[in-house]
Amino acid sequence: MSDTNVAAETKQTARELMIPKFSFRKHGGLVALLIILAFNIAVTPNFLQMQTLFVNISQVATIAIVAVGMSLVIATGGIDLSVGAVMAVAGALAPIIFQSSLGVEYPVAGLVLSVLIPVLVAALCGLFNGTLVCVLKVQPIIATLILFISGRGIAMVMTNGQLQTFNMPSFSLLGTGKLLGFPFQGWLALGIAAVVAWIVGKTLFGRYLLAIGGNEKSAHLAGAPVRKVKIAAYVICGSLSGIAGLIVVAINSASDAARIGNLMELDAIAAAVVGGAVLSGGRAPIFGAVLGAMIIQLVKYTLLANGVADEVALIAKSMIIVAAVYIQQSRKE
Amino acid sequence: MQFDSSTFDLRRLLGNSSSTQALGVWAALILLIVFALLRYDNFGSAYNIVSFLNYNSMFILIALGMCFVIMTGGIDLSVGSVAAFSSVIAAFLSEHGLEYALPGGILAGMVIGAINAFMIVAMRIPPFIATLASMLGAKGAALVISDAQTVSISWESNFTALGMGKLFDIIPWTILIVAVIAIIAWVVLEHTSLGRTVLAVGGGQEASQLMGLSVKRTTCIVYIFSGACAGLAGVFLASGFGAGQPLEGLGWELSAIASVVVGGTLLTGGMGSVPATIAGALLLGLLFNVLNFENGLGIISLSAHWQSVIRGAFLFVVILLQARMASKADLSLRRN
Amino acid sequence: MHSSLLKMHGINKAFGGVSALRGAELEIGQGEVHALIGQNGAGKSTLIKILTGVYRRDSGTVDFNGKASTISNPREAQSSGISTIYQELTLVPLRSVTENIVLGYEPRRIGGLIDWKEAHRRSQEILARFNIDIDVKAPLGTYSTAIQQLVAIARAVSLNAKLVIMDEPTSSLDDNEVAVLFSVVKSLKESGVSVLYVSHFLDELFKICDRVTIMRDGQTVKNVAIEDTSKLDLIANMLGRNADDIESAGMTEFAKGEAKTGDVILKTKNVATKRLLRKFDLKIHRGEIVGLGGLLGSGRTEAARAIFGVDELTQGEIHLAKGVPQPVTPKQAIAAGIGFLSEDRKSEGIIPDMSVRENLTLALLPNLSRFGHIDHAREKELVASFISALGIKTAHMDQPIRELSGGNQQKVLLARWLVTNPSLLILDEPTRGVDVGAKLEIQSIIRRYVDKGLAVLLISSEFEELVEGADRIVVLQDGISVSELKNPGITEDTLVRAIAHHHTPEQQAVPRQENAHV
Repeated sequence: MSDTNVAAETKQTARELMIPKFSFRKHGGLVALLIILAFNIAVTPNFLQMQTLFVNISQVATIAIVAVGMSLVIATGGIDLSVGAVMAVAGALAPIIFQSSLGVEYPVAGLVLSVLIPVLVAALCGLFNGTLVCVLKVQPIIATLILFISGRGIAMVMTNGQLQTFNMPSFSLLGTGKLLGFPFQGWLALGIAAVVAWIVGKTLFGRYLLAIGGNEKSAHLAGAPVRKVKIAAYVICGSLSGIAGLIVVAINSASDAARIGNLMELDAIAAAVVGGAVLSGGRAPIFGAVLGAMIIQLVKYTLLANGVADEVALIAKSMIIVAAVYIQQSRKE
Repeated sequence: MQFDSSTFDLRRLLGNSSSTQALGVWAALILLIVFALLRYDNFGSAYNIVSFLNYNSMFILIALGMCFVIMTGGIDLSVGSVAAFSSVIAAFLSEHGLEYALPGGILAGMVIGAINAFMIVAMRIPPFIATLASMLGAKGAALVISDAQTVSISWESNFTALGMGKLFDIIPWTILIVAVIAIIAWVVLEHTSLGRTVLAVGGGQEASQLMGLSVKRTTCIVYIFSGACAGLAGVFLASGFGAGQPLEGLGWELSAIASVVVGGTLLTGGMGSVPATIAGALLLGLLFNVLNFENGLGIISLSAHWQSVIRGAFLFVVILLQARMASKADLSLRRN
Repeated sequence: MHSSLLKMHGINKAFGGVSALRGAELEIGQGEVHALIGQNGAGKSTLIKILTGVYRRDSGTVDFNGKASTISNPREAQSSGISTIYQELTLVPLRSVTENIVLGYEPRRIGGLIDWKEAHRRSQEILARFNIDIDVKAPLGTYSTAIQQLVAIARAVSLNAKLVIMDEPTSSLDDNEVAVLFSVVKSLKESGVSVLYVSHFLDELFKICDRVTIMRDGQTVKNVAIEDTSKLDLIANMLGRNADDIESAGMTEFAKGEAKTGDVILKTKNVATKRLLRKFDLKIHRGEIVGLGGLLGSGRTEAARAIFGVDELTQGEIHLAKGVPQPVTPKQAIAAGIGFLSEDRKSEGIIPDMSVRENLTLALLPNLSRFGHIDHAREKELVASFISALGIKTAHMDQPIRELSGGNQQKVLLARWLVTNPSLLILDEPTRGVDVGAKLEIQSIIRRYVDKGLAVLLISSEFEELVEGADRIVVLQDGISVSELKNPGITEDTLVRAIAHHHTPEQQAVPRQENAHV
């Protein structure tokens, strides 16, 4: 590297020093989204209807929420394969709580606890992952593999593998309610994304997160609390997965431990990567992840609405992941 | 570490990497066998032993392929889907006989292995993402060509001879084939240039490159080998269970990874052993065999759902052990 | 000159539009030890990597051994007789010494299987030529860096190389090991092998090299027999300056202000850690630069790490100002007013993808934020003031730091610590790998702050920098602080004498096995 690429000679004023660099990274994702939208408007029947919008919003919300958490973990240079399994655990827990004798007797307390406890348990799952990664120095893929394998098993054991249906309108609002005419979980996803984006961009935690992902040794020597920050990323990711699990259960008014969040880890990783996250860490484009979730969901919807089989959609999804990572990779070089 | 072929060394025979853990796996395996022999009447029966080995031959096979991949520092998450895919292919080819279905199934696995290798070597996609994608892709492909139904095999042809036939009516062919492959894999790893290159690549990719070793070629070979192993396992599946099963293979990659890790292979690559991997696979399989017997005794009753919980817990314990060893190894071995 | 073995002519190479080599030349004779020198970024590494097929040249010709070379990858380079020992160790630490020597060229038995017995024997034999007798079956990583380096050379020699390229081979060796290396180089030369020797240590060149090629800014500026040149001449050519100017400037930018010493900032007593440090005593006052002298591996960096709370103490105490507890993490050390500019800029310094601004304020962050929220206005203000105060050349403060030159990156890192307004700054090789201009600037910045009361603990493997910069030098040997020198009065000679004084020959003769367990 030489000084030639630096505007050297001229004296720089403080104002000039602050001009941020324009990022092309978000551009690609937006363009892709617009192309898919345009394609759908042209080809897919009944695409421009509120019903379509609502269906897609309610589907994309869970992906987006998990993808936001995944982005934080990926920003540390890690990965969380357990998100789908954690969703299943949280989703299996909620109906158990409000259908318990306590929940039936005190419906309000039951409702509150059936949201709080599953999210708390999900956070504990994140803590487990984070501890393995940061304290025991296990590779993230392997560390989160443990809950990936056994998490869904635990959910199955809790529900005895049975589908739990319920009639609990107040809980189902989480998945079916509307706010200002749009599905509630859409607002929730946006809200979560906004808060997390603020955290990443404006707070000490966010700056440390990116620094640690960018170069852990340097960050440690500069006083960053490496362990705490990384564990926190896994805990947040776990909690958000828990929330997503609750939403899925609320949408269906039923909890099926075998299916909640199945293959969600793939969607979330794909969304984060499509949105501009780099697997080696150091970057956490939160709204990029939301954008990525929208692209993933729209691709799925497009294929489905045009009569392409589910199985082919799987292949398409795998190609998106490969393409997104490939583009990231080649940009880096 | 001993490579000197003139002296007999137990550790070397059992797997020379992280010898303590390799020994631990063998000890655990033997203890569990002794325990089971004493506790269950039928455990030592020829029937149980043969069916146990027959069933687990698929998992040993996949673990072998995975072992080589992990020794290069990579990972192959696609093996389960690949097995499902090639079981479907083999089932379709079964009417033409084993001489078509067997190579066809293996070839199907190798093709996906080659695609993995291409993504990893040429497109520089991290192995875990590349094989995750091919896991989806292979599963999709299996479902598409089978119409998401199990594909029944031809019972007229000689296809079932592979999965159901036995040498001298005693030893299943599958076990024999796996044994031969395991021996070849062991010799290749310990005594050939290719094997040493696999370990060197895992121990330091850039260093290997600069030493003039062919990193790309080696990487390609291990993924294609892993694909071939998974493909053969798929053929076993179709031949032994009488159908191509597009929905099978879920979680097989995890069993395989667990077996490899239990066997003491370093997940970051550079160290590993074939015999210890097989011991790891046997240990995991045996655990469930013992659980079945325990259920049979009627003292406890564990539903099938517990399987994955136990598998996860087991992986957890092994990872804890390995993490402790790795932290020691870290100080003495790793310096950047 | 004897018949030439290698002739590189008119080599051009550009990376992404930035040219790294412009018509570079290199000619090496048969059995010649040829030095290649130049500042960082002069194009030495690029030229070597083109020769060994790591990079492809844009244009130019390479003749090797009388033929036009078609080498396109490291393996082809090896098989045509060019072996390289790179600066970073490029072996596989997890594998055995034997494997590292024979990998890719293993002796075979019938049937293509590796003959391990022969392989071990051969490895032992090659190492014996260097007077090294170790267990070749043990993983390479269990041996010291020096042994690893010699194993790399052993590998090159075993491949019947015609040309051995050594990139900074002595930078991690102690005196005795250097002597072993030199004898290896000489025996290579006697057997007709050519050596291309890249080094920053100019004195070495006069001991073993026949000719020297000097590069600057991607071009070859001089090719001369070593006896026809002088150290000063080499430096002048490397820098593109006049030899007389340099002599009068004398590189004394650290030059002492008045040696006034204030309160004690830091005192260590009997400090030991699990890494190399055994008994370290030190006292630093306000406004004072204390140097740490010693050979590589004497525990200098380890002492810094102990003070900064990176490594856990196994014995001893560290006393800071009254009421400040002994730091056990870098975070606490920073809070106690200590800064630590680490030796390895790339792996322990910069966060490459982050901006100059974010890199600069990283250590200050806790003071820049309230309830976890960063005060961005104040951050920008501070960064702007440091960019102009230290003369950091960057397009704007949000430019990623990886796009800056090495010297400017180092200035940002220096600013990272200065902005925290520390009372003690530990500088581990502050001017390593930066060009001469930046080096002088960095030294004068440090002096400026020291005059205002900053205490500095300076670690440098350049004795000149220590002798001229430090008020006192504490000499370390094998993790023990053995003596102390006071300026004025220290010369390089007195420092070397102090470093050599307590040496017991046994400690140095055989490179010791790293006792790094636990």
